[in-house]
Amino acid sequence: MVTIDFLGPINKDSLHVDIKNLNELSEILKQDEVVSSWLGNCAVAVNDMMINTKDIALNDGDKVSLLPPVCGG
Amino acid sequence: MNNKLQLFEGDLPVEQITNTWYDEFRNSNYGAIITFVGVVRDENGIDGLSFDIYEPILNSWFDTWQVKANKQNAIVLMAHSKGDVLNHKSSYIAAVCSPQRRVALELIDEFVEDFKKSAPIWKYDIINGERVYAQDRSTVINGAGILK
Repeated sequence: MVTIDFLGPINKDSLHVDIKNLNELSEILKQDEVVSSWLGNCAVAVNDMMINTKDIALNDGDKVSLLPPVCGG
Repeated sequence: MNNKLQLFEGDLPVEQITNTWYDEFRNSNYGAIITFVGVVRDENGIDGLSFDIYEPILNSWFDTWQVKANKQNAIVLMAHSKGDVLNHKSSYIAAVCSPQRRVALELIDEFVEDFKKSAPIWKYDIINGERVYAQDRSTVINGAGILK
């Protein structure tokens, strides 16, 4: 299983899904009423490393984090 | 613990933080120590701000900056609040220590600007006791949207 964490203001508990890559995750999240509107603005990290491509294989135990727009300070 | 990056619950004890940095680093032969203190403004009817932080990625973002500063014989320092910070209190301090004034001035500018657009911190206005995401003042992280 892969854990999906929704950070900051995305009001959603973590998901645990059986997926092999980020394309599969994208298809799942597009169907999610809460998350779908965030997808265009969210950056993505896999195991706390920021990534900029969807061509990433996922393995059992991986963690994917969605990071919405930020504003520190 | 990485004492160059410090997180606090609530508003920052500014004098304690900046005095500690000054005492620690004034003997390290840095000719320039520049400190930026961010203070929460009373505007738009807010009582204050509130912050969420994702620490694992904040730590790696900060470590990358430390390596960049070290290549110029400088160091970066930062303190930030978690949770609520009321108006006219501080939620953010950034500092650069460098042997050279010009390096410090340029680094503090780049460091603060990159912080604003990349550090995994989310800001909320506190209005009538509620947290309201400051979406219009937030910046999309570079590379966002790949799951769209």
